[in-house]
Amino acid sequence: MLNYAASRIVQTVIVLLVISFIAFLLVANIGDPLAALLSADATVNERLELIAKLGLDQPLWTRFLHFIGNMLQGDFGFSYRTQDPVANLIAERLPATVELAFVSLLITIAVGVPAGIYCGVNPNSLFGRFIMLISTAGITLPNFVVGILLIAVFSVQLGLLPSFGRGTVVDLGFWKTGLLSVSGWRAILLPAATLSTFQVAFIIRMLRTQLMEVGQSEHIRFARARGLSEARIWYVYAIKNTLLPVITMLGLQLGNIIAFSVVTENVFAWPGLGSLFLQSIQGADIPVIAIYLIFVGLVFMVINLIVELLYPLIDARVLRRQT
Amino acid sequence: MSFSFSAFKRKMLLGTIAAAALAAPLGGMAEAADFKFAGPLDAYTLDPHAVSNTLIFAVLANVYEPLVRRNAEQKIEGALATDWKQIDGTTWEFNLRKDVKFSNGNAFTADDVVFSLTRGQAGGIKANLNSIASIEKVDDYKIRIKTRAINPILPNQITNWYIMDKEWAEANNTVQPGAANNATETFANRNAMGTGPYVIKERDPGVKTVFAPNPGWWDKKTGNVDNATFFVIPNPSTRVSALISGEVDMIDGVPPQDAERIENDPKLHMQAGPDLRTIYIQPDVARDSLIFGSEKTKNPFKDLKVRQAMELAIDTGAIQKRIMRNFSVPVGLPIGKEVNGFDAALGAPVKPDVDKAKALMKEAGYENGFSVTLDCTSDRFMNDEATCLAVAASLARINIKVDPRAQPTAKWATQVNPPEYNTSLAMLGYSPATYDAHIFLTSIAATRDAKSGLGAFNIGGYSNPEVDKLIDLIGKETDQAKRTGYITQAFKLMKADVAFIPLHQLNILWGVKDNVTVVQPADLAYPLRYFTVK
Repeated sequence: MLNYAASRIVQTVIVLLVISFIAFLLVANIGDPLAALLSADATVNERLELIAKLGLDQPLWTRFLHFIGNMLQGDFGFSYRTQDPVANLIAERLPATVELAFVSLLITIAVGVPAGIYCGVNPNSLFGRFIMLISTAGITLPNFVVGILLIAVFSVQLGLLPSFGRGTVVDLGFWKTGLLSVSGWRAILLPAATLSTFQVAFIIRMLRTQLMEVGQSEHIRFARARGLSEARIWYVYAIKNTLLPVITMLGLQLGNIIAFSVVTENVFAWPGLGSLFLQSIQGADIPVIAIYLIFVGLVFMVINLIVELLYPLIDARVLRRQT
Repeated sequence: MSFSFSAFKRKMLLGTIAAAALAAPLGGMAEAADFKFAGPLDAYTLDPHAVSNTLIFAVLANVYEPLVRRNAEQKIEGALATDWKQIDGTTWEFNLRKDVKFSNGNAFTADDVVFSLTRGQAGGIKANLNSIASIEKVDDYKIRIKTRAINPILPNQITNWYIMDKEWAEANNTVQPGAANNATETFANRNAMGTGPYVIKERDPGVKTVFAPNPGWWDKKTGNVDNATFFVIPNPSTRVSALISGEVDMIDGVPPQDAERIENDPKLHMQAGPDLRTIYIQPDVARDSLIFGSEKTKNPFKDLKVRQAMELAIDTGAIQKRIMRNFSVPVGLPIGKEVNGFDAALGAPVKPDVDKAKALMKEAGYENGFSVTLDCTSDRFMNDEATCLAVAASLARINIKVDPRAQPTAKWATQVNPPEYNTSLAMLGYSPATYDAHIFLTSIAATRDAKSGLGAFNIGGYSNPEVDKLIDLIGKETDQAKRTGYITQAFKLMKADVAFIPLHQLNILWGVKDNVTVVQPADLAYPLRYFTVK
């Protein structure tokens, strides 16, 4: 077990280093931060001065080593654009994204799991087919279209929910939360629903297929032969076998939501990491983009690592295969 | 008992009189109101000296004040200076306003002005203060500014130079302006200390900025906005939705295609005024071949006839109607109507004439045309990419096969901007911050000179010694009539050379609730002190 864990952790660190390098290479070619920093009528000398100040005249590998060195010392650099420390910017925006991901996960579980089970147990019912039809829309409609539709209905037509922002935010000192105020909850509903449309549809389809498959398996047929009630067969024996992969997928999707809420955050002016990322790209704000990409890589790697470390607990055969 | 009762009555009476007295001067004016507005981008920083950027100035103009400011009609008037005069060619004397306090209660004196100049010249706005050589404090309320050369328009150049409290800056260790390579964040990045009509109550960068009134402001607001909140909503359709649903009172950056929807709403209207910015096309006339095009042995843009033909082929009226939905004004000069030095006769847009253009192409020996890449931005100005495509379609009529290359500004700028100038044909835009033609002439029309910084943004490398001579004269001439004459002459020469092919002057598009009256300056500012909510 220890061996297994150690090898996974070493792999994670190597992948992170590679991600850092690729992120750095990508952003080094993204464009000219000077365009945003210099006024239109700056002289060539001012330009050269700024290039030297920012170290943009150094060779690429020097800049990368410098970047990694600083990062290991906990110095993530300064934003070219806002002149704030990058670490602060990310820390300030993180709560909004995490809360959005959390609420959208809640919606996914509350809507997707019951609907998926219903579709799996009654695949041929009219209502089950109707759910499947809706879920096709959920998978095919792009996020920004869903968001704009929701705004058009709930903000513009009905005037029920705000179309942008986070509402009233309560500062807990280490975390600014919008989940302790009514306006915060009102503000989070639309973006969270938008972000969860794909996840809900995904979970419904996955649960349905899984349940239909399990429904055909031997132990279920055997249970049926023994004359157990249908409800007991489905809700006790069948579901147990389908929930593990669903939980694994939900965990991985959480990483996805944190990393790729960019579009939804942009539509709702949600002040999270995604909005920060887009604003930084517009300004060619290299330090912020690089750290953001590495951070997202880290989130994914950590979730992946946890899942991988959990596998032996779920299925001991994984360890046996190692030795 | 009776005594206290009469005292009570007297108090009541006094109260009524006081209320009446208070109401009288306010007669007819609406009550203090809250105001919410939203725009696509945020000011990068609150530091007025760190970066030269229109949006930063637009937000900070509510908090900080310059020596001279622009009023609702965009005319220069005294702010922290009461009056000023040019003592000799290179010296300006400013009398400062007395009894002005910063919002922390500190008195405003000449020391703050001297400090703010030093701080500004160390920061990103130094190019704006380039013409200032030195400053001298005569007494607490009088200063003299020495300019590097004879300078007749210094007051126009310093309307975005904001005065910061020296004591506050020293106490908070923010004497140095913010810079991108700072080792620590400067205090002034998120905090402000000016003398203006508002103070910053709350700031969440990239999200919102909350303004509260500055009770000790020396001047009177003509509007009634007390507390104002500026939200950043990057997505245009969300911004429009926020206005229609009533969550905000005004939005900046309305997409032209949504303007009709706002006009049709009974409670909203569009406010579309001229933007100082002019969009123009500039061909590369410096190189001997097209670096992005078919002609590798000679550069067709060096031929005046080709440039004339291009000007005649581009239908600016059609671009205005089809692309800009009438939210632009075609112009015949690369400067807008609001700019000092604009000449109405020269500024009339050129009438398209494709037959004449074809004839000119034939005379120049390019009857079968050539191909060239047009470099454009895709996220900088309203409908810039669509305009780029329309220009390409126009030029196809005279057999110039234009390949439009629209890129995000950050990417476009590395290629097109100095020192590389890597383009054969570029679509550009310029907004002269001083409202004066001279800044356009020195940075864009003058022959490129890396040493003096002249012509740094002359992307096409246009060069006419006579224009250069005139630019030099304009810089020194203190007689306004003569100076305007020189400016007109310079633009006449450039127009004859077809150095620039002007397309249009943009509009600023605000969507506003009907109960709100706003003032919309051409330099994209948000002067809240003039806004009224009924």
